[in-house]
Amino acid sequence: MPNDTLLLVALALPFLGSLAAGFLPTHARNAAAVLAGGVAVAGMAITVWLYATVADDAPVQFWLSWLPMLGLDFTLRLDGLAWLFAMMIFGIGALVVLYARYYMSREDPVPRFFSFLLAFMGSMIGIVLSGNLIQMVFFWELTSLFSFLLIGYWHHSASARDGARMALTVTGTGGLCLLVGVLLVGRIVGSYDIDQVLESRDLIVQSDLYVPALVLILLGAFTKSAQFPFHFWLPHAMAAPTPVSAYLHSATMVKAGIFLLMRLWPVMAGTDAWFYLVVPAGLVTLLLGAFIAIFQQDLKGLLAYSTISHLGLITLLLGLGSPLAAVAAIFHTLNHAIFKASLFMAAGIIDHETGTRDLRKLSGLYRYMPITATLAMVAAAAMAGVPLLNGFISKEMFFAEAVADHTGSLLDDSLPYWATLAGAFSVTYSLRFILGVFFGPPPVDLPHRPHEPAHWMRFPIELLVLICLLIGIVPGLTVGPVLATAVKGLLDGTVPYYSLALWHGFTLPLLMSLIAMAGGVVLYLALRRYLESGIEGPPILRDFKGQRIFEKVLATLSWQWARAAEAGLGTRRLQAQMRIVITLAVVAALAPFLVNGAVGTGDLPGTPLPPAFALLWMVGGVCALAAAYQAKYHRFAALVLVGGAGLVTCITFVWLSAPDLAVTQLLVEIVTTVLLLLGLRWLPKRIEDVYPSRPPLKVLLRRYLDLAIACSLGGVMAFLAYCLMTRPLTGSVSRFFVERAYTEGGGTNIVNVILVDFRGFDTMGEIVVLCLAGLTVFALLRRFRPAPESIRAPEQQRIQNEFDEAAPDRSPGDTAADYMLIPRLIMHWLFPVIAVMAVYLFMRGHDLPGGGFAAGITLSIAFVVQYMASGTRWVEDHLRVLPLRWMGVGLLTSCATGVGSWWFGYPFLTSHFQYVELPLIGKVPAASALLFDLGVFALVVGATVLILIALAHQSLRSARAAQAAEGGE
Amino acid sequence: MEIVLAIGIGIFTASGVWLILRPRTYQVIIGLSLISYAVNLFIFAMAGGGLRVDAPPILAAGGVGNPAAIADPIPQALVLTAIVIGFAMTALFLVVLLAARGRTGTDHVDGREPER
Repeated sequence: MPNDTLLLVALALPFLGSLAAGFLPTHARNAAAVLAGGVAVAGMAITVWLYATVADDAPVQFWLSWLPMLGLDFTLRLDGLAWLFAMMIFGIGALVVLYARYYMSREDPVPRFFSFLLAFMGSMIGIVLSGNLIQMVFFWELTSLFSFLLIGYWHHSASARDGARMALTVTGTGGLCLLVGVLLVGRIVGSYDIDQVLESRDLIVQSDLYVPALVLILLGAFTKSAQFPFHFWLPHAMAAPTPVSAYLHSATMVKAGIFLLMRLWPVMAGTDAWFYLVVPAGLVTLLLGAFIAIFQQDLKGLLAYSTISHLGLITLLLGLGSPLAAVAAIFHTLNHAIFKASLFMAAGIIDHETGTRDLRKLSGLYRYMPITATLAMVAAAAMAGVPLLNGFISKEMFFAEAVADHTGSLLDDSLPYWATLAGAFSVTYSLRFILGVFFGPPPVDLPHRPHEPAHWMRFPIELLVLICLLIGIVPGLTVGPVLATAVKGLLDGTVPYYSLALWHGFTLPLLMSLIAMAGGVVLYLALRRYLESGIEGPPILRDFKGQRIFEKVLATLSWQWARAAEAGLGTRRLQAQMRIVITLAVVAALAPFLVNGAVGTGDLPGTPLPPAFALLWMVGGVCALAAAYQAKYHRFAALVLVGGAGLVTCITFVWLSAPDLAVTQLLVEIVTTVLLLLGLRWLPKRIEDVYPSRPPLKVLLRRYLDLAIACSLGGVMAFLAYCLMTRPLTGSVSRFFVERAYTEGGGTNIVNVILVDFRGFDTMGEIVVLCLAGLTVFALLRRFRPAPESIRAPEQQRIQNEFDEAAPDRSPGDTAADYMLIPRLIMHWLFPVIAVMAVYLFMRGHDLPGGGFAAGITLSIAFVVQYMASGTRWVEDHLRVLPLRWMGVGLLTSCATGVGSWWFGYPFLTSHFQYVELPLIGKVPAASALLFDLGVFALVVGATVLILIALAHQSLRSARAAQAAEGGE
Repeated sequence: MEIVLAIGIGIFTASGVWLILRPRTYQVIIGLSLISYAVNLFIFAMAGGGLRVDAPPILAAGGVGNPAAIADPIPQALVLTAIVIGFAMTALFLVVLLAARGRTGTDHVDGREPER
């Protein structure tokens, strides 16, 4: 496989594995672990395979055009720096998987754990491999999301939920800042491609947007890497299962921020702004983290604060801006990942085997688990920077850089002292970790009796500690080439001189190391009494809780202010909301006139007014006004009046050259009226007046207000309509359709050709809406409970039934049947007539007014007429309509017509037409759009009939329900 | 003709708006019907070339159409869609209205009678 494809495979594997693990059964812990481990090892193998290419020359790249018009491509890019990180992510990931297999308990849904872990791994790989800044931010956000899921894995525990939410809020907010920062960088450079960005240092640094972009990007990096003052989320993330902590806080998550700083280091570092933003943040984090770590009583808490401190150290190194400091930063990132992962795993073993992580309870474990204790001691010594271990060498480099001169400022000059102090702190907390847990008197009251863990659970630690020793003793042979490759990747080929030796002679950094170590021991002895008192947290500082401030801010923002806003601005009453919406509509419609000056009516010559048209609209206006007046108490009258208004609309369409609209409007008018009539059956009469005498003043005022709103919107609409009708419409696309309807669409009815051909996709969406509305109506009516007042048979039916029951030779329902005798006969005979009419409307649709919509509604009217003539019961016994099948067939036909054009290599819904010579009939147009229209037709029939039948069927249901109720009494 | 149609649209709108501001669900459904007539006519009236009598957008067989000779087909295509969708929405709203009446025991739009 070519290298670039391998890169894609390395990125895709974890995500595919995550998906697969998610589908494993809950108890399949071994299968999930093997899958996850396999993915991590395969990823590592690919990464190792690619080393030769990366070490040799140019980075490996994978390129896929994504949104070229926006300058966005999907690119993967593996240079030395990314290689080192990818190696850490896969390598430590594999070890964490092995460890987690033994750590996670049988009761946990382990496949889900591995699924999240793999997805997280993939997201991290995405960050380091991204060759495009936007793409990197995308994966950055993914890591926030998946770390949320991982930290909150034990979601039944409140602290896990809180910790997860806090991590997500802090890192997610940082991610948003980063996105804006990256967009600014993209604006400065003119590209989001990392290669181009890395070549544009002068452009970026000299830009006015440099400082805002820098601040935003740093916010992203600092929140992710838990730099002061955003460090508080990290200790709370310790509520996660320990394998997660070991992974997130050593090689991944928090290192994403570091990676970002490194990635942009060549183009953004080295300025005063960078120095004064990054160095203080790193320094404060370094000291504060180390200081607080000393006073932790929770084992993982101690490691968490020590992580914060080490991240501060790396940030500080990057902030210095010198190439050598950057080398030290990379080296320390690697070292920290190795020893911190092993320490977290050791802490997890202690927790797992003893049942507690509390330093006050733990003591003297050496005698129970000597091997684990020895391993943890070596790792902790590496953390403290003891010679012969990897931590020592990178710490020496740090001290050397602290001594070196960078900006000559007071901050820069004081760095050696701070560095030594931080070194002493790290010695103190490492001592505390070792002495507190493994030495001292035997523990009392432990939840479990401690013993050595399963060997394979300890294996990852053994391996990592071995690496610590190898790097510490023979750095040049082991880590030298890899580090050199990474440095080349970071510094674009120019590598400064550095020496990876253990012994550099008696130098100032060595002296600082010795002072730090001695100072650390002294400090530990001095603090012993305080630490043994069992108080959690350092003196004074423990009263400042980042978490409390965070929660306060969160509660204020998301709860108190939101509630105040809702109480002050919101209402649950529909009428008040409608008033606001409509008033806004009036304002929005008038605003352009107010802003651009009053635009009067146009000067197009009007169409002469036939008196009949004026009369027609007088009727229409009266109908509308009367409907508005009557709708409250006289619903039937209102329905008739609205029908009148609809007819006026319909005639207007005929008059003004819109035959298609007129046909459709008329047919829809019929079904709507039937529908509302069916609905009226279930709407109990309103008899009593809410206000028997005169309504109170408040209500009257409200009505006048509504009247004013209604009149003003009516006025605005009339005015706008008049203005529009009296001025020419420029820039219309109508010409396109008119000219091509026949030559390209094969039909003379332009409206129909637009619907089924040019804008077929819109029509497709529309029939889907109709389909959904029909199904929703159907679903709502399945569990429909009518108003109790309307369950009895209607008054008229009761009177008729009483009459029938009183007469000896009649049975109930006879009177209605008698009344309907002749209409019923006519309506039965009309069925084929209407059906033929529907077919006719459909067939001529492409050339003359008609089409699928009109035909569909016509056919559904044919069905509905049968219901009206013979009653629901009779029709359901004699006619099976199956509207759901009509709808399904219709939708499938339309889709298939659309998809069919793919077959011939055209885009979706491209239509084709030709004239076909049929015997007897002659030349007929045969467009594929006709097939599409057939689908529309079937769907419209199905949906309309479904809605009407579902409602009509209610009378049978409730009759049965009423009978059952009576029978039960 | 234009002025009559404009006033008609205005009256339909005003009646509809008045109704959708009322508290009873049936009033709202009638109001929505009236508003949809008004809006459909409004869109229809936006046709380029103004109102046309006796000029339906139907071509003589076999030829390129002349946009100046016939009514603008685009607003018509838009309104045709709107009519059908309007029907679907009326049906949906009607069923919701009926279900709400059965469930809440009132036909007030808020699902409960206002406090008096």
